[in-house]
Amino acid sequence: MTTSVKDQVVEIIAEQAVLDPRDVAMDATLEDLGIDSLGLVEAVFAIEETFDIQVPFNANDPAQSEFDITNVASMVAAVEKLVAQKAA
Amino acid sequence: MRRVVITGQGAVNALGMSADETMRAMAEGRCGIGPLEFKDVERLSINIGGQIRGYRAEDHFSRQEIVLFDKFTQLALLAAREAMEQSGLQVTDALSRQAGVVLGTAGGGLQTQDENYRSVYEDGKNRVHPFVVPRLMNNAAASHVSMAYRLQGPSYTVATACASSNHAIGQAFQMVRSGMTDVMLTGGSESMLVFGGIKAWEGLRVMSKDGCRPFSANRNGMVQGEGAAVFVLEEYEHAKARGAEILAEITGFAMTSDASDIVMPNKVGAVRAMQGALADAGLNLDEIGYINAHGTGTAANDRTECAAVREVFGDHADALRISSTKSMHGHLIGGTGAVELLACIMALRDGVIAPTINHEEADPDCDLNVVPNVAQEAAVSAVLSNAFAFGGLNAVLALQKV
Repeated sequence: MTTSVKDQVVEIIAEQAVLDPRDVAMDATLEDLGIDSLGLVEAVFAIEETFDIQVPFNANDPAQSEFDITNVASMVAAVEKLVAQKAA
Repeated sequence: MRRVVITGQGAVNALGMSADETMRAMAEGRCGIGPLEFKDVERLSINIGGQIRGYRAEDHFSRQEIVLFDKFTQLALLAAREAMEQSGLQVTDALSRQAGVVLGTAGGGLQTQDENYRSVYEDGKNRVHPFVVPRLMNNAAASHVSMAYRLQGPSYTVATACASSNHAIGQAFQMVRSGMTDVMLTGGSESMLVFGGIKAWEGLRVMSKDGCRPFSANRNGMVQGEGAAVFVLEEYEHAKARGAEILAEITGFAMTSDASDIVMPNKVGAVRAMQGALADAGLNLDEIGYINAHGTGTAANDRTECAAVREVFGDHADALRISSTKSMHGHLIGGTGAVELLACIMALRDGVIAPTINHEEADPDCDLNVVPNVAQEAAVSAVLSNAFAFGGLNAVLALQKV
């Protein structure tokens, strides 16, 4: 059984939020999930390690980064795009 | 209370190989930040820093010394040599027994660690040089400076990340002021520009890939530098009695802890540290003409620091000048406050306020006179030097013209 990118990203985010992945809503924001700046940096690191990709993310000003952290769905979409780019 | 003056200064960093060269570069608004050069730099995503160009240990030290001195120790010794020569101080037997050296560093002998980890982990070697430990220990620089000048009083190293040097200078200041000793050497040193050092910072994702632009709306992170600065602190009457040239007087010091977050700055801690230094010096708000900012060039620091300055100074915040010389020499981490003290001395002694270079776009969150791009001339009688470290440890010094 292969796990989808979406499931893996949600799992990483859930771990930082100390939640069950099933409780992570796709429209939830980092704030909703109680993930602070350090948690976000760790999540980005885990995503990079899991998919062997480079995430364009600057903790200095996360909102200005190319990596869209609006909510869980936007992060999943961004990772899916990066994974597809890597495969291409 | 005894008065404490600075009678010697020495520095080595990306802006110059002496305190004078550094001050001249600061006055000219010269940038010492450029492409990094060291082993494996191509494996880093951060490729710029305030590296000392063309530095060769053999130009300054013997083979036997180099075997024992990590680069952070070498830089501290070069700065101490200049400071001692300038002060003209003779270390008599009596002075030798009481004078000491307190230096700041965050990483200590990181070059030594990096080389030797590479040797045992990557190259698979099972034997390391016998002096790895005495080279890499954080107190190596302070110890070698004490040996060089036979300073047998209180000597140690302070490691409070980016506030290390300010904490060190503040402690040395308090020792002279309290009467524990008539003379102390103090300052700080850092040499973190190695693969492992930068790789670690890369992980935190607060480094800029293209430049250090403190207070500028388009800033995107910090840039590291390397170097050292050392000062001779001396009791005022002691300095006057021997006709020493007095560069400036240190009149106040305060340290606070945010006790809130391991990386995010906190306005309250910064406010309390600045207020504490002013109170310790007995200075009124409107006497401060210049603040050497912590000014790292990250979104969070610069915004918080400016808000803290506004809160402390009220209306006077618009009258004073505040600049970050990190824009020129980079962030020297544990050594940064020491090199930045030169900007404070230059303001007091020469009436020249070092600029914040690379200032490209005004930021409404940093709407103070940040001395953008070009130095300003101003007669200044009192200044503050801010350092706000990771871990929420803040240290602020107050200096005055003599």
